[in-house]
Amino acid sequence: MTATLTGRTAPAAPSRGAAPRSRPRRRVAPYLFVLPALLLFAAFKIYPIGRSFVISLHKTVGGTERFVGVDNYTRLLGDPLFWTALKNTSVILAVQVPLMLALATGLAVALNSTLLRGRAVFRLGFFLPMVTGLVAYGILFSVLLSKDYGLLNWLLDLFGADPVPWLTDPLWAKASLGLALTWHYTGYNAVILLARLQAVPAELYDAAAVDGAGAWTSFRHVTLPGLRPALLLTTVLSTIGTLQVFDEPYVLTGGGPDNATLTIGVYLYQNAFKYFDFGYASAIAYALAVLIGILGMIQFRLLGEKP
Amino acid sequence: MTAARHRGRSILLTSGLAIALAAFALPFYWLVVAATHSSSEIFDSPPPLLPGGHLAANLRTLQDTAQFGRVVLNSLLIAVIYTLCAGAVCALAGYGFAKYRFRGREALFGLLMLGLVIPAQVTLVPLFQMMAELRWLNTYQAVIMPNLALPFGIFLMRQSMAALPDELLDSGRIDGCGELRLFWKVVLPPMKPALAALAIFLFLYQWNDFVWPLIVLRDSASYTIPVALASLQGLDDTDYGAILAGTAAAAIPMALVFLALQRQFVSGLLAGAVKE
Repeated sequence: MTATLTGRTAPAAPSRGAAPRSRPRRRVAPYLFVLPALLLFAAFKIYPIGRSFVISLHKTVGGTERFVGVDNYTRLLGDPLFWTALKNTSVILAVQVPLMLALATGLAVALNSTLLRGRAVFRLGFFLPMVTGLVAYGILFSVLLSKDYGLLNWLLDLFGADPVPWLTDPLWAKASLGLALTWHYTGYNAVILLARLQAVPAELYDAAAVDGAGAWTSFRHVTLPGLRPALLLTTVLSTIGTLQVFDEPYVLTGGGPDNATLTIGVYLYQNAFKYFDFGYASAIAYALAVLIGILGMIQFRLLGEKP
Repeated sequence: MTAARHRGRSILLTSGLAIALAAFALPFYWLVVAATHSSSEIFDSPPPLLPGGHLAANLRTLQDTAQFGRVVLNSLLIAVIYTLCAGAVCALAGYGFAKYRFRGREALFGLLMLGLVIPAQVTLVPLFQMMAELRWLNTYQAVIMPNLALPFGIFLMRQSMAALPDELLDSGRIDGCGELRLFWKVVLPPMKPALAALAIFLFLYQWNDFVWPLIVLRDSASYTIPVALASLQGLDDTDYGAILAGTAAAAIPMALVFLALQRQFVSGLLAGAVKE
């Protein structure tokens, strides 16, 4: 996506003989078109970002704000709960995101295959979870995964398996969170990959077949390179989304059991709107922003430019 | 590949994917089933696998405990007003950036696109304080205003508007059309498919949004559906029949609308999302 943002930096074209017609009205017009967006953006995005930094240097004591410098940031470094949240978020990032993207890639390839009958139905079906709001499916999963009475454990029981403490065991709760995230976003990522896949010229596959390439070889040498830009996009988007993840753990597990699903997003929310420690919450937000920036850059380096 | 082998592979792939789809669709199916059962029936063993007759009772409970009619109305009004206003802001800005050359264009556009990568959490606290200072807590505008200039929407619109031929605009100008009328009469009509995709996206985004409404809507009469459902789930004596009926009421209409419009939506959205 970033390529598109910068790709259009075309220098102002020569005026194509339109000079006599460029009345003052036309010089003002573009600014009027973009003005509402810019004003709203300045008021509700840029100003709050600046103010958030100022807040992060303060501590609210008895309703008044007191300047404390970088105290909130040093507190952050020594806060075991913050590190727990960071660790949990990293685990989801390291395990769930690669698994989901591999699944989405397989799904996109399958959906693109001429061997598949009824492709339209399949494409639709897998994209549908994306339409379901985070709260709605969080609630739905919390019922499906209930230990004693949930549908999933009942199904497991049919096959003679023991019930799984999906939401009450620290490890399983993480797995459940991953399951819910995967259910929600796999189809979405598959659609992005699919769109890209359709732009890979069929001749490349034909050429590979002529050279005697099997299915795996042509996947490795034609499909994957073709998917590279879309894989970068889905990886970066999933990383940003995962680092901010809030709704699912908030609804599904409330961050528990024993903080096993406490994410940075949930911890930030708790500090701001449960303990009303706005200064500390803002420091967490800035730490998160820095983290997202660093990871985004690393991913662009690794996946972006061909060596 | 022989025809028989080809068919064999085709059947294998199709049935494999059908099983995967069944696993993906199971939660939807079960949501419909659960919404029509009482809380105790949902947790029966074996669990109900077919729809029951408890839907009306569940909706009544929802109305009594959470003023659900009011909540649905809040959600609908907020999503509709948001879609119209944000659609206008994004279309105007997208057109300005796509079809005019002006000083600072690239810098201003880049600034707006920064909004795509800055985590929303950074602005939560100061935005909440702003809303409190403006005395906007518990109002529609508190939910709507901060996200009107949605970077993704502006990006999408610029991509689509760029495809509009300049000759079309020039011929309108030669006919003496003012710039704003040009936008309304010449630019918008051929943009309908892209605008439809944008509208679906904006509506879904607002309809499902949770964190921000959760923060600014503190009074239960102003809740949107996700906030109301989450608040019900926190109660000690949670009525899951009622909650799941509400969940179905939130998810199923959206799924149906999406089913009807998905072809447009996916192509309109992807036109902007996956170019190099």
